[in-house]
Amino acid sequence: MAKHKYTGIMGWIEDRLPIFSLLDNAVGTGYHTPKNLNYWWNFGSLAGFALVIQIITGIILAMYYNPSAAGAFESIEHIMRDVNYGWLMRYVHSNGGSLFFLVVFIHVFRGLYYGSFKAPRELLWMLGLVILLLMMMTAFTGYVLPWGQMSFWAATVITEFFSAIPGVGTDVVEWLRGSFAVDNATLNRFYSFHYLFPFLIVGIVIVHIWALHVHGSGNPKGINVKKGTSDTIPFHPFYTVKDLFGMGVFIVIFAVLVFYYPNLMSHPDNYIPANPGVTPPHIVPEWYFLPFYAILRAVTWEHLIPNAKLWGVIAMAGSIMILFVIPWIDKSKVRSMTFRPLSRIFFWIMVADVFLLGVVGAMPVDGIWIYLGQFGTAYYFLHFTVILYLLGKYEKTRPLPKSISEPVIRSEPVIQ
Amino acid sequence: MAPKGKGTNGAPHEGVTRRDFIHVLTGAVGGIAVGAAIWPMIDQMNPSADILALTTTEVDISQIDVGQSITVFWQKKPVFIRHRTEQEILEAEATPLSELKDPQTDQSRRIKPEWLIMVGICTHLGCIPIGERGEYGGWFCPCHGSHYDTSGRIRKGPAPTNLLVPDYVFDGDDKIIIGAREA
Repeated sequence: MAKHKYTGIMGWIEDRLPIFSLLDNAVGTGYHTPKNLNYWWNFGSLAGFALVIQIITGIILAMYYNPSAAGAFESIEHIMRDVNYGWLMRYVHSNGGSLFFLVVFIHVFRGLYYGSFKAPRELLWMLGLVILLLMMMTAFTGYVLPWGQMSFWAATVITEFFSAIPGVGTDVVEWLRGSFAVDNATLNRFYSFHYLFPFLIVGIVIVHIWALHVHGSGNPKGINVKKGTSDTIPFHPFYTVKDLFGMGVFIVIFAVLVFYYPNLMSHPDNYIPANPGVTPPHIVPEWYFLPFYAILRAVTWEHLIPNAKLWGVIAMAGSIMILFVIPWIDKSKVRSMTFRPLSRIFFWIMVADVFLLGVVGAMPVDGIWIYLGQFGTAYYFLHFTVILYLLGKYEKTRPLPKSISEPVIRSEPVIQ
Repeated sequence: MAPKGKGTNGAPHEGVTRRDFIHVLTGAVGGIAVGAAIWPMIDQMNPSADILALTTTEVDISQIDVGQSITVFWQKKPVFIRHRTEQEILEAEATPLSELKDPQTDQSRRIKPEWLIMVGICTHLGCIPIGERGEYGGWFCPCHGSHYDTSGRIRKGPAPTNLLVPDYVFDGDDKIIIGAREA
């Protein structure tokens, strides 16, 4: 009937639903991949793995969790103490969230270093940023569910951002909370959203991978490769094996965290039940939000601009939004920093700046930290606007090889 | 709209046709129907009737000595009730409006000078400020470092406005009703 290599029951199914060729072309022998991918290319599939872990453990936790202001905190303790392996499910889920962000951040920085966001992969990049935004919403709504002090006050502070909207701010905040303050209604709806968003992420991930397969993976040289030449190898078995190896390393780190340091990433105050009458003396978000938190708090120039609170919120949102347009700010045709000596230096300065903002985000707004936060924020935006633009326009790049093989062998044999 | 259409008899027709009118009408009615169907899904997230019913809170203030504060809940929000000292009142009244980010006199923020009643939510991002702290002897918000004076007015830090004074009335000398207005 059809022209394909499958026989027997697989052939029968393939004739009616070409799922085997779809899989083969996605992650099998049919996907031609550049042969020089380094370990930084492991983090996409690792992120997918982390997402699956979160969904599985999340569905299990939902079987025991009680989404009400009266019962949420106790149901978490019930999971931790009474449910068989409940402690394991919860610690895997809470630490898995942290590691998911770690993996995704590395994946994003990989994209920035190797110019993965450049034409023709702009939409692929933007879909990835949508996933990041959805992850942030999922993480935030999830952090509220244990209904400890940090949960409650994180929910209060984050929903209060919207009060900065001129005119209708208070109405929007009450609409989000379903009450005059963070309350039972807030917890219930956050639980509903926390269950919904991961499935939206799955949907966008599928589109992200679809977009990836149109032009294929980039590579550390940042040059276009022709499939079927000596520059490419089939995804399976070469990169399935490499990804599995990376996954093994990831699982070891994951296990050390879960079994030896399960509360390393969490805050002791969240083991105090939510109390609407007392704010903890020092509110800190989870580590993966710290740079954004620092940007939020950086805008304090009341005397220069009116409504600094609104501008703080705009700056924080802008720190992600700016990434959506960098394919059009950095116009250099050369993707990889390997051939952009000056950009490479600025890339690492930017990474250091993000780390600085992360440190500032964990500190009280006081003394030197105020100025460091303002400096870090200003530099962050300077990098992604002016510096990227100027580098793209004026940097003298090094010559690109014609193919991945060229630096190694002189003439390029074509596999027929 | 297409400049040229067809009349009902199929002949070429200049200008707006019956078909154009039907398209616009269908689109408009469909749009209204979709909007009407979506609105309940948006409005359900607003505070429900039982929450909206929490209009007033009565508080007995006879046991609060000079220099003491209590925090009560009104509409699920903390409300500070402070029995201010002479010195606090004097300080608050003596502050020139030019020094204030959100200029309000102390007189406009109280009914009786010794009683300061405010919603205890920092106007920055909603934390609860701590009393008798900060550089102005009033309240200090630990979250992002806003300082309020003895009248609850913002003096320093990221908060944009003064602590909110809710509607309240005195019922005799010993009781206040938060959320009620003078008739």
